[in-house]
Amino acid sequence: MKLPAHADLTERTWRWIYLALCVGIFAFLVAPVLIVIPLSFNAEPYFSFTEKMLTLDPDGFSWRWYELLAKFGMQQPEAAFGMGWLADLWNNSTWFNAAKNSMWVGIWSTVLATVLGTLAALGLTRPEMPFKRTITAILLAPMIVPIVIIATGLFFFYSNPCGIIGLDCGRLTSTFTGLVLAHTALGVPFVVITVKATLTGFDQSLARAAASLGASPTQTFVRVVMPLILPGIVSGALFAFATSFDEVVTVLFVGGPQQVTVPRQMWGGLREQVSPAILAAATILTLVSAGLLATVELLRRRSERLRGIRA
Amino acid sequence: MTLALSTARQKARRRAMLLVAPLFLFIVVTFVVPIGQVLFLSVNNDGFSQTAPKLGAWFLANTDGTVPDEAAYAALAADLDQMRREKTAGAAGTRINDVVPGSRSLFTSSARASRDFKPPYKEALIAKDARWADPRVWHAMRAAANPNSLDYYIIAADRQRAEDGSIQQVPPERRLYIGLFASTFAQSALITFLCLMLAFPIAHLIAHVRQSTANLLLILVLLPFWTSLLVRTSSWIVLLQRQGVVNNVLVALGLVDTDRRLELIYNNVGTIIVMTHVLLPFMILPIYSVMRMINPAYVRAARSLGATSWTAFRRIYVPLTLPGVAAGSLLVFILAVGYYITPALVGGADGQLISNMIQYHLSASNWSLAAALAFILLVGVLVLYWIYDRLVGVENLKLG
Repeated sequence: MKLPAHADLTERTWRWIYLALCVGIFAFLVAPVLIVIPLSFNAEPYFSFTEKMLTLDPDGFSWRWYELLAKFGMQQPEAAFGMGWLADLWNNSTWFNAAKNSMWVGIWSTVLATVLGTLAALGLTRPEMPFKRTITAILLAPMIVPIVIIATGLFFFYSNPCGIIGLDCGRLTSTFTGLVLAHTALGVPFVVITVKATLTGFDQSLARAAASLGASPTQTFVRVVMPLILPGIVSGALFAFATSFDEVVTVLFVGGPQQVTVPRQMWGGLREQVSPAILAAATILTLVSAGLLATVELLRRRSERLRGIRA
Repeated sequence: MTLALSTARQKARRRAMLLVAPLFLFIVVTFVVPIGQVLFLSVNNDGFSQTAPKLGAWFLANTDGTVPDEAAYAALAADLDQMRREKTAGAAGTRINDVVPGSRSLFTSSARASRDFKPPYKEALIAKDARWADPRVWHAMRAAANPNSLDYYIIAADRQRAEDGSIQQVPPERRLYIGLFASTFAQSALITFLCLMLAFPIAHLIAHVRQSTANLLLILVLLPFWTSLLVRTSSWIVLLQRQGVVNNVLVALGLVDTDRRLELIYNNVGTIIVMTHVLLPFMILPIYSVMRMINPAYVRAARSLGATSWTAFRRIYVPLTLPGVAAGSLLVFILAVGYYITPALVGGADGQLISNMIQYHLSASNWSLAAALAFILLVGVLVLYWIYDRLVGVENLKLG
């Protein structure tokens, strides 16, 4: 973004003001995400940089909050290190259990959302599909409708899901299944959007060519279409996973004591007394999301490259 | 030939619908039905009608406006006695309490004493509690004898039934909901405006630098977008606390006195700062994608025709960005209106939004009112969503 050589002094001044402004806005965007990382190594239980940290004295830094985070909820955190201690950590540490719950809920809802969302995106990009616009709007609505309304609805619905058809089949509140279904509905719009976006650039004549060479519709999909739209499917799946991994409201409304996920655990920590251990958890989560972002970016670039070849 | 063609079309159409069907059914069951239930609950509450059958029969037999006679009080005494035996006075009282605040205790205490009531019931009941003579209680009971009523929408509109049964505004000090809806919309509008002001220069910069630099800057935008909302909220709590980094820096710079540190969090300032940060990427991305497509020749043409750079920017460039501005603003506004987590964590007392009120009533088991408030909010959001779809098209929603 260069200014032309004939730019006058006012223009040059404005340009500097503009660039300084942009730097400030970028700092506003990024600093809050990054600042927790050094603060999570604070040796003191403060939420600000200490003198020692600012002078980079090694005494100012420690792993104590990470240790606290791992051991929190263990029955014998001070016992001698060994198999029993590890088993205690694995089974009883509150944060470990929350992480395990989050992983399982995330994995199952991602699988469900990816399968359902990809199929729907395939249907929605067919030219013959009727009511395309309305149906897309309905399928994407879970992303737009305020989460509290969705959670309120689920709170009533889950207390007796079969009541609608006049049956009683138990409740879905405080169940793993209930949570997975809720997270699937919340994650599915992301899959539909990303897969649809890859399919829009998809050259349908490739599928027709496969069909004319005798491939069945399934074969055409698995051997020709899928490899080309895979980046879209994977980024959609990662979005769905990230959504589930970050979702706290439905857990609060319909989850039971057995469904404490990482966000639920953080929520509790933030509502009661904020401890620097929260910052350790936040740092770990930031690294996880940075990893997810990097993967999605790479996939997006790959699919753009693939499309570039055809264009 | 045409027949074969139309059969083939039919088949293709069916196949497309079959592909969409599983997700459509899933969304109907796990999303549309639960929300329909919210609507149902907002107009249906059988807390009173279930537990007071005799009074319900009397209301059916006597038209609205009949002064309750001895028969009515006898029915009430019998129902109260049944409530005592079935321990349902609390539920019945809660239903009436929603409309006439403070009347829950009227039911529980009277039900407890129901064994001692002897004819004439009218005197006995009024002697027990003078509120049994209050026409507002009787109006409320008549309305509640029918499980379906718009009572909760009346409450949500800060209105109540007067002694003569007409609907009027509640006294100013008890007006809650209209003000909260208004402040939710006002705060969302302010957040949308702040996002727009911050997003515009950033999007402009990213759209006009070299592709490699643009990719790098986009990652800086996407990093907070991908970071967990709770992580971002906890970072802001840390930054904005009285003893936090921002206040410490201000004190160190001498801008703020150390014993007069700024209250930046646990009030609506906190809600606005954090929500602006959280929603900013939703504004940057649509504006950026529109700016990238703007042909630079238009601005150059304006300059060559003698426009100053400011005129060219204002008259040529800004109008061309409007589709992106509209898309981003609508999206940010829709998301802000329904926000829950951030205000709940950093909003304090005055930074709460309507979502937090819904959750509050839900946790207080005031389900019908929570449902009515939720439904009003839902209608507002769906109208905006519809506008968004008309103007931008949900198809064009992009993520990263």
